[in-house]
Amino acid sequence: MTFVSDAAIARLRGLEDHPDFAGTRYDVLDEIGRGGMGIVFRGRDRELGREVAIKVTAWSTAAEADRLRREARTLAALEHPGIVPVHDVGRLPDGRVFTVMMLVRGERLDVCAARLPLHDRLRLFDRICDAMSFAHARGVIHRDLKPANIMIGPFGQVLVLDWGLARPGSDPGAAHSGSDPDVVPGVAHPGSDPGLTPATIHGGTDGYMAPEQVRGTVDARSDVYALGAILDGLSGESASRLLRPLRSVVDRARRADPGARYQTVADLAADVRRFLDGAAVTAHKETVLERTRRVARTYRTPIALVLAYLAMRGLLLFWRP
Amino acid sequence: MTQGGFPATRPSVVRDLGSADPARRAAAHEALARSYWRPVYVYVRLRWRRSPEDAQDLTQEFFTRAFERDYLSRYDPGKARFRTFVRTCLDGFLANEDKAAGRLKRGGGLTIAGVDFARFDADLAAHARSDEPDPERWFYLEWVRGLFADAVDLLRARCDAEGHGPAFTLFVRYDVEEPVDGARPTYATLAQETGLRVTDVTNQLAWARRAFRDIVLTLLRDVCASDEEFRAEARDLLGVDAS
Repeated sequence: MTFVSDAAIARLRGLEDHPDFAGTRYDVLDEIGRGGMGIVFRGRDRELGREVAIKVTAWSTAAEADRLRREARTLAALEHPGIVPVHDVGRLPDGRVFTVMMLVRGERLDVCAARLPLHDRLRLFDRICDAMSFAHARGVIHRDLKPANIMIGPFGQVLVLDWGLARPGSDPGAAHSGSDPDVVPGVAHPGSDPGLTPATIHGGTDGYMAPEQVRGTVDARSDVYALGAILDGLSGESASRLLRPLRSVVDRARRADPGARYQTVADLAADVRRFLDGAAVTAHKETVLERTRRVARTYRTPIALVLAYLAMRGLLLFWRP
Repeated sequence: MTQGGFPATRPSVVRDLGSADPARRAAAHEALARSYWRPVYVYVRLRWRRSPEDAQDLTQEFFTRAFERDYLSRYDPGKARFRTFVRTCLDGFLANEDKAAGRLKRGGGLTIAGVDFARFDADLAAHARSDEPDPERWFYLEWVRGLFADAVDLLRARCDAEGHGPAFTLFVRYDVEEPVDGARPTYATLAQETGLRVTDVTNQLAWARRAFRDIVLTLLRDVCASDEEFRAEARDLLGVDAS
């Protein structure tokens, strides 16, 4: 019968909490977040003298650790201003894998968006879509997109982070060979076999997780669904007729059937940009009245000028000095 | 029903407490008693200030009474965690026992086999604090102590059976035992002591910690009434998402 002292209880409870970074070039400073996939620490890279974010994944077998390292390498290849860069990956003495990333300073998308007008919120959304489109083009699906995983930097930079649930394609390099940047090659292509994603592991977050993800299958359209949920939050609660096309965009992105959604993030982003530019969106069938209103709104300056001109001509017609 | 002298892994013994099958119900109560005797005993000893002999009798009596009167099966997961319910039942039992002092026939019925109360009492006096003012917290710490102690014993049994003796020795040395001079041994010291390479020490410790964690989660699942409670307890205990 073993007796476990108070000190041993603290150690055993903290096995997960206090990774041993001795022998690496990093010092752990403090914990900045935790989730199902592990714990994120603020750390310091002694070699380069800069602060970094260090994610220590949950316990893993040797095979899982190898897979995590392969995935980290894939993510490291995603060099895009909207994707948090991976600097390093390694294994701790206790067997856990750690990933070193840029320490993102800023605020969460939902916090930042709360004080922005709709137009600016949709521009931010467009940049999120740009980053996701880039990742999909390289065969990487995020699988856990939500406002908490999107940071807005002090200069308005959009950074998609927490790629812990992401699944890379079989050959990320092959993605570059495609001529169509919106085509997601390998496992991430709509309708293709998700391959590396185990059928029993769905991850994700309720409210943002596509129905097929709950069932254990994902492809790039699962991220489209999550982006639809994010767009829903960014659109606000307004029931204005002017926002009906935007509602239709949200609805199409969040269809339960992946085949009925936008097939790529680029398609979704294009419709949002159409809305921003005052053009008709593909997700919404306009009535004549709606079209008239939209055109009037979009071309209100030239229309106003023409009307002013006509009014002036009318006045001149009847004016007798 | 047992593995290495401990409750077998099942979806939850809590669910079996109210089973219509008498054998299953008895086994669930026995398993629960073996999981909870430590927090119950310490609670009676320190919170209710009873002598070791009295606390031992009352601990046995509490589980016997719970079995005979079936009050643990009245647990409602919507109201509290199961361990909170056990402590509340224990408080009620001890208050009633105070009123009816001497009336109880102690120590009969359900027995908790293989338990050395005297040795546990001595270890407790030597290695545990007793300055936790919150009784709920106190009960929780003793419950964790029991869970980890069972997990260490099960890990030893597994390591013996599977030839992982060195991994268990390293785990106990590095994570369980108190350092003699106040400082924990380094991996290099352990390598020197055991004749292993430092990388082997690293790998053996990694294996043992993973195995320990899996055993703790298995034991934990056994004494939680629902998946939701299990996940919440796992998060509190190890900071992990056990979904």
